[in-house]
Formats: sequence, structure tokens, C-alpha cells
Amino acid sequence: MAEAVDLRVVGTTPVRPDGVDKVTGRAQFGADLNMPNMLHGRILRSPHAHARIKRVDLSKALAMQGVYAAVSGADFPMLASGEVSGEAGGDLADIARNVMARDKALYHGHAVAAVAATSLEVAEQALDAIEVDYEVLPPVLDVLEAMAADATLLDEQCFTKGLSETPDKPSNIAAMVKLARGDLEAGFAAADVVVEGEYRIPMAHQGYIEPHACTATVNEEGKATVWCCTQGHFDFRTMTAHILGCKIADLKFIASEIGGGFGGKTVVYLEPVAVMLSKKAGRPVKLVMTREEVFRATGPTSGSVVRVKVGARKDGRITAAKAWLAYEAGGLAGAPVGPGVMSIFAPYDLDNFLVEGYEVLVNKPKVAAYRAPGAPQSMHAMEVALDDIARQLDMDPLDLRLRNAADEGTQAPYGPKFPPIGFKACIEAAKKHPNYLAQVPEGAGRGVAAGFWFNIGMQSSAEVRINEDGSVVVMEGNPDIGGSRASMCLMAAETLGVPYEQVKTYVGDTESTGYCMVTGGSRTTFATGMAVVRACEDIIAECKARAAATWGVDKDQVEWQDGTAVPAPGVNADVNPLSLADLAASASATGGPILGKASLNAQGAGASFSINFADLKVDKETGAVEVLSYTAIQDAGKAIHPAYVEGQMQGGAAQGIGWALNEEYIYDQDGVMENAGFLDYRMPVASDLPMIDTEIVEVPNPSHPYGVRGVGETPIVAPLGVAANAVRDAIGIRINDLPMSPPRILAALDAA
Amino acid sequence: MSKVHVQTTINGDQVEFLCVPQQTMLEALRDVLGKLGTKEGCGTGDCGACTIMLDGRLVCSCLMLAAEAEGQELTTIEGIAGPDGLHVLQRKFLEHAALQCGICTPGFIVAAKALLDRNPNPDEGAIRYWLAGNLCRCTGYDKIVRAVQDAAKELAYQA
Repeated sequence: MAEAVDLRVVGTTPVRPDGVDKVTGRAQFGADLNMPNMLHGRILRSPHAHARIKRVDLSKALAMQGVYAAVSGADFPMLASGEVSGEAGGDLADIARNVMARDKALYHGHAVAAVAATSLEVAEQALDAIEVDYEVLPPVLDVLEAMAADATLLDEQCFTKGLSETPDKPSNIAAMVKLARGDLEAGFAAADVVVEGEYRIPMAHQGYIEPHACTATVNEEGKATVWCCTQGHFDFRTMTAHILGCKIADLKFIASEIGGGFGGKTVVYLEPVAVMLSKKAGRPVKLVMTREEVFRATGPTSGSVVRVKVGARKDGRITAAKAWLAYEAGGLAGAPVGPGVMSIFAPYDLDNFLVEGYEVLVNKPKVAAYRAPGAPQSMHAMEVALDDIARQLDMDPLDLRLRNAADEGTQAPYGPKFPPIGFKACIEAAKKHPNYLAQVPEGAGRGVAAGFWFNIGMQSSAEVRINEDGSVVVMEGNPDIGGSRASMCLMAAETLGVPYEQVKTYVGDTESTGYCMVTGGSRTTFATGMAVVRACEDIIAECKARAAATWGVDKDQVEWQDGTAVPAPGVNADVNPLSLADLAASASATGGPILGKASLNAQGAGASFSINFADLKVDKETGAVEVLSYTAIQDAGKAIHPAYVEGQMQGGAAQGIGWALNEEYIYDQDGVMENAGFLDYRMPVASDLPMIDTEIVEVPNPSHPYGVRGVGETPIVAPLGVAANAVRDAIGIRINDLPMSPPRILAALDAA
Repeated sequence: MSKVHVQTTINGDQVEFLCVPQQTMLEALRDVLGKLGTKEGCGTGDCGACTIMLDGRLVCSCLMLAAEAEGQELTTIEGIAGPDGLHVLQRKFLEHAALQCGICTPGFIVAAKALLDRNPNPDEGAIRYWLAGNLCRCTGYDKIVRAVQDAAKELAYQA
């Protein structure tokens, strides 16, 4: 821990190294690469939400002038089940079937075939020439109906995982997850108040502004190069290799700049198809999704039904909590019900609880990670229940949470004892915050809720190179989705003792740097940052050795101070200190170029907690909700670049507000999404929001050299409960379901 | 189908190009003219990532036909920085960390410049409503609004 040391640059907010290219239009995103001799690809998508694919005939498309390749499910190997780990994880066989349907189309928009042609227009015409025979099946769209014993099955081979005995009959329930502790019955018996409710939230999309895009080129030796927007090009390479049955060494992945992801770009959609088309065509192939395709065919997050029952004593202490979760997986397994189960009670120190979660197949797009995947849905229910308890006990909602807050040493519901965490510090900060001390404006309501995310570490690599003039190159492998290059530069500059401007960070492709797991799980600044710090320490050790050799002293007689090798105190060497630039200039005489490297599997990602509160006003004529003020308080461990930490908190708050108030997948009875565009899928715009006030709490994570905890995901969790509780406060009616869009609010007002 | 010959001015340069009649200005910029700074987020005029200036008016280039550029003056993100370097707005976006992923940034900067050209001293509400046609999913708009406010202040000071 560098905590005791005065930090020079960590904690400052310099301009990011990739910034100028992004404000001038120079930065190259996924769709910005065009290659010589390139073809344009398009994907044919199922017009049915549920259908058996009887026959796909590509011959008429292939016969067309200007069409160079066409593929369908039959062109891809059938994969046996096999897990990919981590936030981007899931079953490879399911990911493969999502990339290209085989025997069945499982949602409206599921990819069924693809073509590559000389122009987009020709490619579109070729799609029309592909013949597909479907046997249309009834779509299964409601998560509870899908769980019924007599429900139409999406997958006859789906036997629920996670039960003590494998069931003898298939169902739409892909998995069950359960956590329990203590004596639930005794806990509820000891309660003075018990609240319960059922809460429903439809699917919502990550809503990144950049549609998925990639360009692939395969040469005559079978070597493929793929340029794409991704949160993790190494993991995209792994998935693509498995899906195509080719060698990892035959695939080079280059991450473009990425126009948002929020978890949605941790899994492949286009890349294996583009490689397959390019291989068949012998020419580069570019695939770019339309916005409509993004909505219909890429992962939203799970729609959910959550039931929760919580009991508490008069003093606010929770005596028992019980929850039941059903999460939509979409057409193929992969719902974040595990994290939903693990997170619902995570902020609280509970003696007695039971939570069961079910992952359910429905004929909707296969879900993908979305910022704290699974937590917002379940924690919304718990935070609403706590609000109801606070009302019944006439207790301040912050005091209620403080009374039950997890702290260092608390055994988390999901197992381990918490190391130092900042939940209580966040609650205390909220209690003192001027926005909380201020009166709720006339006619408005205030809501409070907590947020949480586990955060992850896992594998990362970094190399640090010293140029001939002493300038520093950091090379790592995590796509920069929100300023991580700046954080890497700050940590490297701090560790090396050089100015920020002396360091530049680059995101290498899969052949120019070592493996880094996806930018996800709020892991990059923590895990890759740790690798960068270790690589810089490697540089320092090397520099000290070279200075020692230069001066003819022992290595341990050299110290590193402010980017300079100096003799240790008491070492009577009559020498001039050697700066990084001096050492670089003399490198040819001291052993050649100066390099440092590190690779690690980072452990101890500290959990990040938050408290958010807001004042909202409801227009009783229109049902519209106005956000008057919003305050986000979160433990960052240590904010390396505080402006980008604030940005995560503000952006997550805005996404959560959108999810709570307006965003939802709306389906017709045939399973066709009715609002597959930004006009009707209503994300917040600038005029929908006020300034979002932030306060960064810093309870250092002892597992990171500068105390970092991931900060990216926690921010989206609390806003759902905040909005629900503020609307309850404003209109005196509890609305259990999200989004609280104008029609739903008006219906609630009319019913009251 | 015969192509349309278009003569126009983009960022002060005389430009000639051929397009098919149904081609959008966004497609012409990106696919014909190589001006890739203008981004496509939706293709339906809902996100503002493709915002350009057309004779002083703010337009979504995905909703404009390329042939309509005939005889007009267009400004794209590539035309915002001058010979002296970054425009104040570009500098302020960087200083305020007003971008995270950066895909919406070209559209926001073009739109914000159009606002300040018209109204050098907009209040927060004016900024928020002017920029309501541009979607940003990363920032929650807070730092974007502050960057525009700060740019307005600096431009007023220079004037």
C-alpha cells in the first residue's frame, strides 16, 4: 500500500492521452476501418421468435453477381458445452448458437445466415434470395409462464442445473442458484414488522451509441486478422477460435476504439461470421450492425420477477430476509442470476436469509452482461423493501441501512468475510451531505438506496518500455472504454516518479502484448493497473542495477527517488544521480534497451458500495417524472483519476434513472420487439437530467498498490431503488414494477 | 442507376463527388469522402452522432440526402479545429473529462459549437435543451454541460 506516501500524480485529473483524437474525429472506432478489396456483409435474421429451421438454401444468393460468400449454421462446427470464465463467460456452445442459429431460431432477430458482397445493396438483395423454411412454434415470452410445467420448451435438452438431483424432464429453467444462512422461521418470528412484495422489470439494453462492427481478413494461409470494437480482444479471439474450430495462433485481433459497451461488448456476435465469410470469399469482409439489429439481436440484460420478504425489529435490525428471483436468459442460457442472488443482501449483515434464483429461457435475445449484471434487478427489490420498513418504523432510511450495514469482518451472504469496505462511510457521508440536509422541495419526493458490486481481478499483463529519451511507453491489452489509459499513465508516472506527460499508454493487439481479460467487472484499473505498477517496479529494479553497475556499487546501495537513481544514504559514492533519461541514454553501454514487464492473476478486488439519493417530482397530469437533484456517493478505494471516477458514477446514475423511468423492451404477442430504435427505446437525454452530484469516498483496498477498487458497475445499481422510493415518497403510492414510465404512473394514480 | 454529381464545400474545401440518389450525406461523408469523424449511431436521426452543420443549420447527416449538399457549405468535426489548434470546446471537453468512450463526442462538439455561434451565453437549461438531440450513454451529460458552460465563459472573455 502506497497510502502513507504522499502521492504526486495519482488523484489528479490530467487530460487523457487519447483525448485529442477523440475530440477531432481522428479516433478510429469499429466501423471506421476500410480495407482494400473489401466486401460488405449482411446478416439474415429470423422473422420468427421461435421456429424450427427446416432448410436453409444459399444457392440463389451465391449465384448472384457480386456475391462472394454466404454462410449458415451448417458452415460452423457443432460445439460441445464448455465454459468460458469471467464476466464475459458462458457456455461456448450457447455463444456459438447465438452467433448463428442451427436447428432453431430462438428469438426474433436471431442470425440465420450471412452473405458478403461487393456492396451493401447487393448484400441486402442477396439476403432476399436466401430461402429458409421455418416451422413456426409458439413463442414463450413471459418468464413465469416459461417456468410452468406445461410450457412450450425452447430446448428439449435443457435440464435444470444447480438442483441437488438432475431432473428427469427438460424444462425452460436452465439453472437454479440458492444461498441460505441461519433460521428463517425464527428470524421472521422475531420481527416486529414484515414487508413483502413482487417486483417486475422488463429487459433493458446497454444502449452504447456505437453499433457492433468488425472487419476481418483471412489470407490464403488461413491467417486471420480481425479489427473490431470489443471490451476484450483476447477473449474475442478465444471465443472465435472455439466457434470456428481454428487455432488461436491463426487469429490476430485488433481492438478499435470502442464506442461504449457496458458489458454488451464482452461477447462475440459478428466476428466469427466475418472471419468465415472472409475465408470463403478470399477477401476482407466488413460487418456493421444497424441500430435495429443491436436492439433485436445483441444482449440486453435480463427481465426479472423478484419476490422479497423482509422482517425487522422496532430498532431497525433486520431479523430475516427471503427472496425469490426469476431472470430471463433469452433464447439461450447465460442470465446473471448468480450475481443477482449473491448481491441482493450483500450490503447487509444478516443472520437469517434465504435466496433462490432461477434462470429461465424465453424467446427473446440472449442476454449479455450489463453493468453490475444481475444486481440492479434483485437489489431494487431489497432496497424498496427496506424503504417500506423505514416508513413503517418511521426511521430515517439511512439510519435503517446503517443499523444493518456490512462492515469489515462481516460475513458476506456469498461466503467470504469482507476486508475493509466503505459502505458505512458512504452512509455517514450521505447523512452529512448538504443535499440530504436540504429540505425536500415542495411537491417532490426523496428516495434513498444502496448499491454494490463485487468487482473482479483476474488475469492481466503489462509491459513498460523506456524510450531513448527517457519517455515511457506502457503497453497493455484492455480496450479503453472510459479513460483507463489516463489511469494507467497516472499509476506508471506515480510509481516511476516521473511527470504524467512523460508516460503514454497504448492498448496493444493480441500479438503485441500479453493476455488481458476483458475490460469488464470493473477490473481494468484494479488488475491491469496492478500489472502496470509491477512492470514499473521491474523497470526501477533494472534501473537501480544499471546505476549500481555504472557507479561500481552494490544494487542495494542504490535508491530510486523522483524518477532518479541516487546513492543510498550512507553510501559514500561520489556520483551524479542518474535520471530515467540518463539511464536510457546510456542503455547501449549498460545492457541494452530498458524494459519491464508483469503478468498476474489479480486477487482481492475490493467490493464497492454506494449510497444514492434523489429528489423527484411527478407531474400528475402527464405521469412524467422530473429529476430535481441526484446525489451519488461511492467508495472508490482510491480514485486514480477522480474526474473519470465521477464520470462513472454520473453515467451509471443516468443509465439507472433511464432504466427506472423509461427504458424497456416492449414485445407484441408474436415476440417481436416493438421499440427497436432510440426514438421509442427512450434513453435519457441532456434535458431529462439535472447535474449529478458526486462524492467519492476512499476506503483503500489493501490488495492494490494504490488502494483501487473497481468503480464502473456499482453506479447503476442504486438508481432503480432511489427512483422507486422517491416516486413512492412523492405520490404516496408504491409502484412495484419498472419502468415507472408515464403510462404506468398514470395508471397507478388512477387506481388509487 | 446513374449517379448524381455533387459540388459542395466541406470545411472550406471545394469538393466534388458522385453519389447514388438515395445515398445519405452520412454515407457520402464516410464511404465516399473518407471523412470518418462523423459517426453513425442509429441512422434514424435519433442519436445525433452524425451531426454536421449545413449552411449554419444543425442537421443529422443520416437524414440528409448527399445530393442535397449541392452548392451548400458543410462543416464536420474535422473542420472544428483551426490552424491555431483545438477549438475552445474541444479543449474544454478534454479538460472537463466530458467524454468517456468518445463515439458521441464529434456530434456533441459540432452541436455545441452551433449553439455558441447563436447564443454565446446560454444557461444550463438552454444547453440541455439544445443538446437534447445528441445521445451520450457514458457521462450522464453533467461534464458535457459543464464543458460547454466553461467554453462559453472563455469565448466571452476572449470577445
